[in-house]
Amino acid sequence: MEATSTTQTLSPGAGAFSTAKKRPLLAHPMTEKAFIFFARGIISVALLTLIALIADVAIDGYERLTWNFFTAFPSRKAENAGILAAWTGSLWLLLLTITIALPVGVGAAVYLEEYGSKGPFTKLVELCIANLAGVPSVIYGILGLQVFVRSLGFERSLLSGALTLALLALPIIIMASREALRTVPKGYREGALALGATRWQTTRTQVLPVAIPGIATGCILAFSRAIGETAPLITLGALTYVAQVPNSVFSPFTALPIQAFNWLSRPQPEFHTNAAAAITVLLAFMIMLNLLAIIIRAKYQTRQR
Amino acid sequence: MSISGKSTWRPGEFVIEWILRVCSSLSVVTTLGIIAVLSIESVLFFEEVPVSRLLFDTEWTPLFLDKHFGIWPLLAGTLLTSAIALSFAVPAGLIIAIYVSEYASEGVRKVLKPVLELLAGIPTIVYGYFALLFITPMLQVIFPEMGSFNALSAGIAMGIMILPMMASLSEDAIYTVPRSLREGAYALGASKLQMIFGAVLPGAVGGITAAMILSAARAVGETMIVAIAAGQQPLLHLNPLQPVETMTAYIVQVSLGDTPHGTLEYHTLFAVAMMLFLLTMTLNIISLAIRERSKRMYR
Repeated sequence: MEATSTTQTLSPGAGAFSTAKKRPLLAHPMTEKAFIFFARGIISVALLTLIALIADVAIDGYERLTWNFFTAFPSRKAENAGILAAWTGSLWLLLLTITIALPVGVGAAVYLEEYGSKGPFTKLVELCIANLAGVPSVIYGILGLQVFVRSLGFERSLLSGALTLALLALPIIIMASREALRTVPKGYREGALALGATRWQTTRTQVLPVAIPGIATGCILAFSRAIGETAPLITLGALTYVAQVPNSVFSPFTALPIQAFNWLSRPQPEFHTNAAAAITVLLAFMIMLNLLAIIIRAKYQTRQR
Repeated sequence: MSISGKSTWRPGEFVIEWILRVCSSLSVVTTLGIIAVLSIESVLFFEEVPVSRLLFDTEWTPLFLDKHFGIWPLLAGTLLTSAIALSFAVPAGLIIAIYVSEYASEGVRKVLKPVLELLAGIPTIVYGYFALLFITPMLQVIFPEMGSFNALSAGIAMGIMILPMMASLSEDAIYTVPRSLREGAYALGASKLQMIFGAVLPGAVGGITAAMILSAARAVGETMIVAIAAGQQPLLHLNPLQPVETMTAYIVQVSLGDTPHGTLEYHTLFAVAMMLFLLTMTLNIISLAIRERSKRMYR
């Protein structure tokens, strides 16, 4: 084909990129077709794995998802055991973590975006946030063990757990909130400042209201991730056998992922079924949170138009 | 009435600015806190166990009567599971990133991005469950001699876990390559694949390398998957069909046991965590530096 074509140099792949006279492999239409086919295959496998991951757990745990499972405490008999202490513990943890991390995280983001100059302090904070985001979650557990459980004397309580998860979630919350604050047009701030508003008045009345949907979306994702964390709570020394619903922030606690891990590490298959059921509950909860984030995002995007 | 805001003394504004400043300095405090906690307790460990015993011993048995403190079994376990995970996640993630940014329609991209986000948000205990009770039984069909705890299935599950992050970060890197580079390649007569491999990927190599390193850091620090599926036997080998213990899995093992506070066993927790922290921190800093440099390239 190349030999007969007079517009040889215009045909794709036959120009400066090819050294030989023959059409190089990468320029061959078949190669491209094969690549696309291959890429689609990999994406399909990835999506199928995602479905298998969720379906496997849900199918394994389905039979144990009775009313009794939600209202019973752990038991030596797998079929009597339930997740009452675990789901109440997880809910407490979630609410406490939000209470602690949300104001601090958004406050830090506001400072960095609205107040911070590009000075050495801001640079240092940014470097620390970027590094903290990459610190393995077990390390946070060790920090919590030494600082909250031992030094501050909070013992292995909900408060210690929530403080640890809050520290873990902070970098993600700060980064998401900063992103949301950055999407607020500059004119909003300039307009308010020109009318004589102070920096804080501008932030409170103009910038934050516009940024709130974005902040909410990012924070929901951060908290849904925090609530699924197992490793830091284990390192903290969260108990695996708790037969009480927590009634204060100083109560000992267990959480859904910890309960699931505890059942999973036993050899009996009946307990693996319990673990699957507990994980299904956790996943359902997280998917609900993620949907909430998606709904908020969608609503916000339509309002912007 | 004053025009300049600075001449008016407003105590409220001042207080709020300081509160916000304290909020943002908390990340510095956390970083210092981690370093302080790990250093103080590790020093207590190294007072009793010299570094040479860590480096020149091939056994790790601090919980036994006959104590050995060779770090290599834990390091080998960590590297083995991470290497298995990366050998799956890096090529697959890169190909997904290329496809999504260069071939996929806007609709496909709009669906795939949230799915990747959702995948990244799945708790790691789910992957651990999947590795132990789905991947391992499947692999046992192929390798009947394989035990229920092994490095391979933990590594595969970890690869699935890292894949969304690898794909998403690589896609970001590919996206930042300027249009002019692509058009330049087309103008020279390149085909689309030639353009991708000749112009886009070399242009995005910094971002992709950063993504790989960040994925590696994530794999090294991953805890629950390996604690559940890889076993808790610190054996020095690189056989994926055998059980291994990673640094993170050892931390979990000690945390689950009732190790009395202040003992040497307790201090090993911090020494191992210190090494884990240094390893991931180094990887993170390298990745950050590469990303900064490649960002500056197209500014």
